Amino acid sequence: MTSLGSPDELETLRKSIIKSRDPNKPCITICGGTGCHSFGSEKVVAAFRQEIKTQKLGAKIDVRTTGCHGFCERGPLVVINPKNIFYQRVNAADVPEIITETIVNGNTVDRLLYIDPGTAEKITHEHEVPFYKKQKRLVFGNNGNIAPTVIEDYLAVGGYAALSKVLFKMSPEAVIEEVKKSGLRGRGGGGFPTGIKWQSCRKAEGDTKYIICNCDEGDPGAFMDRSLMEGNPHSVLEGMIIGAYAIGAHQGYIYVRNEYPLAVRNAQIAIKQAEEHGLLGENILGSGFDFNIRISRGGGAFVCGESTALMASLEGKVGEPRAKYVHTVEKGLWDKPTNLNNVETWANVPLIINEGADWYAKIGTPKSKGTKIFSLTGKINNTGLVEVPMGMTLREIIYDIGGGIPGGKKFKAVQTGGPSGGCIPESSLNLPVDFDELAKVGSMMGSGGMIVMDENTCMVDIARYFIAFLEGESCGKCVPCREGLKRMQQILTDISEGRGKNGDVELLERLSAAIIDSSLCALGSTAPNPVLSTIRYFRDEYEAHIKDKRCPAGVCKELITYRIIDEKCPGCGLCVKACPQEAITLVQKKKPVVLDQDKCIKCGACYDVCELGAIEVK
Amino acid sequence: MVTLTIDRREVQAEEGATILEVAKESNIYIPSLCHNEGVIPYGACRLCLVEIMRNGRQRLVASCLYPVEEGLVVKINSERVINNRKMIIELLLARCPDSEVIQDLAKQLGVKKTTFKVEEDNRKCILCALCARVCEEVVGVSAISLVNRGVDRQLATPFYEPSVVCIGCGSCAYVCPTGAIEMEDVGDTRVVSMPHVKMEFKLKKCKTCGHYWAPESQLDYIAKKWNLAPEVFDNCPNCRD
Repeated sequence: MTSLGSPDELETLRKSIIKSRDPNKPCITICGGTGCHSFGSEKVVAAFRQEIKTQKLGAKIDVRTTGCHGFCERGPLVVINPKNIFYQRVNAADVPEIITETIVNGNTVDRLLYIDPGTAEKITHEHEVPFYKKQKRLVFGNNGNIAPTVIEDYLAVGGYAALSKVLFKMSPEAVIEEVKKSGLRGRGGGGFPTGIKWQSCRKAEGDTKYIICNCDEGDPGAFMDRSLMEGNPHSVLEGMIIGAYAIGAHQGYIYVRNEYPLAVRNAQIAIKQAEEHGLLGENILGSGFDFNIRISRGGGAFVCGESTALMASLEGKVGEPRAKYVHTVEKGLWDKPTNLNNVETWANVPLIINEGADWYAKIGTPKSKGTKIFSLTGKINNTGLVEVPMGMTLREIIYDIGGGIPGGKKFKAVQTGGPSGGCIPESSLNLPVDFDELAKVGSMMGSGGMIVMDENTCMVDIARYFIAFLEGESCGKCVPCREGLKRMQQILTDISEGRGKNGDVELLERLSAAIIDSSLCALGSTAPNPVLSTIRYFRDEYEAHIKDKRCPAGVCKELITYRIIDEKCPGCGLCVKACPQEAITLVQKKKPVVLDQDKCIKCGACYDVCELGAIEVK
Repeated sequence: MVTLTIDRREVQAEEGATILEVAKESNIYIPSLCHNEGVIPYGACRLCLVEIMRNGRQRLVASCLYPVEEGLVVKINSERVINNRKMIIELLLARCPDSEVIQDLAKQLGVKKTTFKVEEDNRKCILCALCARVCEEVVGVSAISLVNRGVDRQLATPFYEPSVVCIGCGSCAYVCPTGAIEMEDVGDTRVVSMPHVKMEFKLKKCKTCGHYWAPESQLDYIAKKWNLAPEVFDNCPNCRD
């Protein structure tokens, strides 16, 4: 490949790639994202290649391993284009049938189609699946169309056109104006206006400036940045190069956690390809603009997602935050002006340049523009990644896209924004999701995690879980975060184990206020959110634990007992086998079993296995 | 020069100075534990929090880190500041029940006792890293540092063993704000006691008065660093010409 020396050469290459591809030729796309990968998608890909070889169809079919399609719950996912036929839970054994029936004979394999749980109808096309129907996949959509390791795929869908436009038709100031006008706000959690950040960094004094892409996504249950970096790394690179041009930086870093091996690998490949094509490095597209990107792998500390801790880590120091009284856009990495944005923010940039700020600003709410990718996890039917316009209600996301709660259980709360987000109750389900609305109800956008909880979730236990996570991830530098979270964790453990005292809730509130107000960084100043929001919306549960020594959801082991309901128990003995402690005995055949409370460790194995509802938890 | 107001007092200050520095120069007291003018400000103990008013917005900042600016209005003892300081001192009292400095600060703030369970295995160290920072930034030895993360954080030498690079200068004990590091010279030996390790150093005898006056390892370090002849330290400072 010779390096592209001008915008014309880029367009010529793009045209030749598109021309060489027959839009009517069947293309089997298999999701190779981490979710589908762990479902065994690699075997499915191998089976397709083998079957195509066996049936001698090599010239007639393309096979493409793409990034994450988002519907992780139903993986491995296979989409056959151009007809957009959608198969889910595909095994290697299904492959010969798919080739023969769908590709050769033009029929669908009905048993692999997705069944709409609402209507019980089988759905043939990907875009008709309810999970995808209400989404607006502007940033994430190409994940399903391109192979992340093939730059030609990205070029074929218009890749690097925004970069070419910026370098040859726009001044850096005009780029910043465009991003400002679009209303784009940082997707990493803070929601700071991206254009204003860029402008401050451009105006900051100094010849050497840096760009950083924050791919240190560490929230439990959140994987949108990973999936973007894995599935469409060139879109992130393109955003970064545009940002570098606007700001006047010549060196960029991608800080990505080492637990994301596929993201690291695909980013490395993308950087190499972009360099070979003259889209990165010296004299990009012949414009005279130089910019390089290096990858720095993080060790997995949650706190390193905080910008100053990240920069310390990048410098080879201990990843601990520092005060930001002098902003990082003025003094960041190695004390030079540094502009840090997260993966999703960077990936939005080419879109804004290509489609225009006015177009972009029409999507979303008055103060939160564009779309946002959320990772829907927890007690939800359709686990996966969803991209929706800002302002969609929680109800639409959870019920229409997420398919509601499994097992007909009742919704209890949704936690947004990662471990330090708040738990939002049912009464706020009609809340339009954007930066400001989430903050109003005591939660936050964060990087876009959404953990759904059902009626069997204990909110005290949830608060304890998240505080335990944050306590473990606090760097320990400042007193309120280190000591305060430790005490919070002790109080919450006491409450959930039946040692709660009157005044504990008030103490938690007082402690929360101090941790929020006096911590050094955002980890500490947001950490009490799970506690405060659960107290705000589920205070009765705290009181039940403290005053009645009772866990209403039946979760906190020290406060619950399992009991056999004799009238319902036919003595089938399933629970006897399931009990790891031999606490249940079948005294007489076809008579109710007997549970020995002294031996019971409250693991719930009997409860899970009994289909007759003969075991109750109180 | 900039003009700012600290607790209704108008104060002139160099640009770039921190609120804490300016307050100190003006004899205005702000409590702090992890600050020492010999090292780079760190902002860990949070006791020096003050409330500032800027662009109509009020917020808490660590005065040891916040650079002064024209027109800044600082409140050192606002209700919000005091509430936070009280909670911090309660947390520190529970962590370091044996530290007199912390007990005095608590008294000053009207905190009689801590609501939290008092720690058993740690009695004095607040993990402000002043010792480690001085050892690195001033002495240039880095014999001690903070290890582990979060609640497991500890001040330690490598592998919790007596450090092979420590020169026994005692700077750590000197700067420790809570008395967590102790140093004592007994006969010809200096003993430095840290929370997890005890180290001993042989002291040099003065050729003239016979007094044991400094650790040999420290004198060797200085001689090497400044390229001095070893005989320079034969006599103690009192017996030199």
